[in-house]
Amino acid sequence: MEIVLALGIGVLAGSGVWLALRPRTFQVIIGLSLLAYAVNLFILAMGRLRTDAAPVLMAKGMGVPAEFADPLPQALVLTAIVISFATTALFLVVIIAARGLTGTDHVDGREPDV
Amino acid sequence: MSWAENHLVIAPIVLPLFAGAVMLALGGERRRNINAMLNIAVSLALIAISIMLLRDADAVPGGISNVYRLGDWPVPFAIVLVLDRLSAMMLLLTSVLAAAAAVFSLARWHRAGVNFHPLFQFLLMGLNGAFLTGDLFNLFVFFEVLLAASYGLVLYGSGSVRVMTGMQYIAVNLVASLLFLIGVSLIYGIAGTLNMADLASRIAAIPASDRALLEAGAGILGIAFLVKAGMWPLCFWLPGTYAAVPAPVGSIFAILTKVGVYVVLRLWLLLFGDGAGASAQFGGELLLAGGMATIVFGTIGTLASQDMSRLAAFSVLVSSGTVLAAVGLAQTGVTGGALFYLISSTLGLGAFFLLIELIERGREPGADVLAVTRELYGEEGEEDGAEETGIAIPATIALLGLSFIGCAVVIAGLPPLSGFIAKFAMLSAALQPGAAVPTQAWVFLVILILSGLAALIAMTRAGIRVFWVSEREAPRVRLIEMAPVAVLLLLCVLQTVQAGPVMRFMQATAQSLHAPHDYMRGVLEFSSARKPAGGT
Repeated sequence: MEIVLALGIGVLAGSGVWLALRPRTFQVIIGLSLLAYAVNLFILAMGRLRTDAAPVLMAKGMGVPAEFADPLPQALVLTAIVISFATTALFLVVIIAARGLTGTDHVDGREPDV
Repeated sequence: MSWAENHLVIAPIVLPLFAGAVMLALGGERRRNINAMLNIAVSLALIAISIMLLRDADAVPGGISNVYRLGDWPVPFAIVLVLDRLSAMMLLLTSVLAAAAAVFSLARWHRAGVNFHPLFQFLLMGLNGAFLTGDLFNLFVFFEVLLAASYGLVLYGSGSVRVMTGMQYIAVNLVASLLFLIGVSLIYGIAGTLNMADLASRIAAIPASDRALLEAGAGILGIAFLVKAGMWPLCFWLPGTYAAVPAPVGSIFAILTKVGVYVVLRLWLLLFGDGAGASAQFGGELLLAGGMATIVFGTIGTLASQDMSRLAAFSVLVSSGTVLAAVGLAQTGVTGGALFYLISSTLGLGAFFLLIELIERGREPGADVLAVTRELYGEEGEEDGAEETGIAIPATIALLGLSFIGCAVVIAGLPPLSGFIAKFAMLSAALQPGAAVPTQAWVFLVILILSGLAALIAMTRAGIRVFWVSEREAPRVRLIEMAPVAVLLLLCVLQTVQAGPVMRFMQATAQSLHAPHDYMRGVLEFSSARKPAGGT
């Protein structure tokens, strides 16, 4: 499982960085979204990978904390997903406005001289 | 501690949040005047609150006057707000700048677009939260709040220049936020805590095998903050953006880079002070070298700038570079001087951003931008009418020129005003008498003095070009536009006159920053010493 997750994060982050450095705004926003997915998976992985572990305390009493998955990174991921979703949506609006105002989807606002 | 005193510390976050929400609920544009009054009232209330908090913080010997537990959970488990001298000082600086910018915006800018006042309040909420929080992830959340509001304010007034620079600003900050998350989660994965004080107390005990990962996390986190602080080579987004934003927004943005600087001050000194075991002083040379490179880059930028707003933007870089380099020297006295410099340069730059708009008003480029805005929102009649009815101040050019000289003196660090005292304090502490002066202190001295000279040259040249031209008519300036500039500059004068007490406060702040054990003990034991019923 570790290798699958690590490869997944790596591929997402690599593609994200590549796309974010491209000159077209659409590529940039897709790249940023991919980077955000990679980061969300990474946060989850930082809570250690466990299978069949309960996420929160179930029965009465404390129990043994080691038997449970760490709930904190999951809470962090939820926050991070919401925030990155909202900022990406905002960015999309700005990109559309820039496209409308400048007539091009280049990040510099004008086509490069060929 | 009474009920009100205990809960006062969360007021700087809750008050702007409610004010912003009420403004949106009131229907934004239709009740713009009510919103404007509310904005000013809240900004003034925040000044009063932060003065009270500052007095509280200064009265406590250890510096930590309140640890506010949200939800009343015991300390390492839930989010805390920590009030100490540094955060109280930053709160006061923010609210002063905010009040000045809010009053200034009444003259014209708050009519140039939609929802200026709510965005402004949400920006204040994010800033205040970032200064108060004692938790890393909560810091991320407040960063996002202030960034989201700042995206709105960068785009405020629209126009293609603002949208293009705004888009680049947003892209850079989105990437920086992702780096922030990676750093936070790496640190959590290794140390198992997000509370700053708890984290600092655990750093020395991290096993050697995990230390590299922890330092990598801290390094990535540092990059995210340094992007915001504008350290070279992470600062190329800054000049274009800051030159394009409207004047009141630029004025409050003068403190936005200082948020990055604040976090570096707080976290670096806390986590990698002398108590950090093998990680002590991790990255210090980088901070020093990067800060000095930023000063050099900003200085070259100021000399190369053609228009005043770019000049101001590059001066922001010089200012944050100076503080970063001074922190990198890791001496208590230098840090105290750097804090003094931070206050004086932020006030000076805030005044300068407002002043530029007034100076440029009669000239072509500024007029272009305003014409575009007016066209977009179709408000020609209202705009012109407002200008006619305003009280024009006599001897406008003389007043503007005087304010310009004031800004130049503060920013360049020349003798009469606070900028000089700040630089002198930093340099005299860096060159301690009796001890051998390290090479980096000499380099810092040379760069600091040269940057002051360059700032003076650049400002003088810009001033000559604007004020000493013959046929130009005096710009129409209203009292509510001139007053904020004057007040900010008078605060610089006050800081000069009261340099003794202010410097004592700064040195006390620097001492508690350089004694992270007091902070850790203060936060971790503050709550356990008190009764759990403190939140009622």
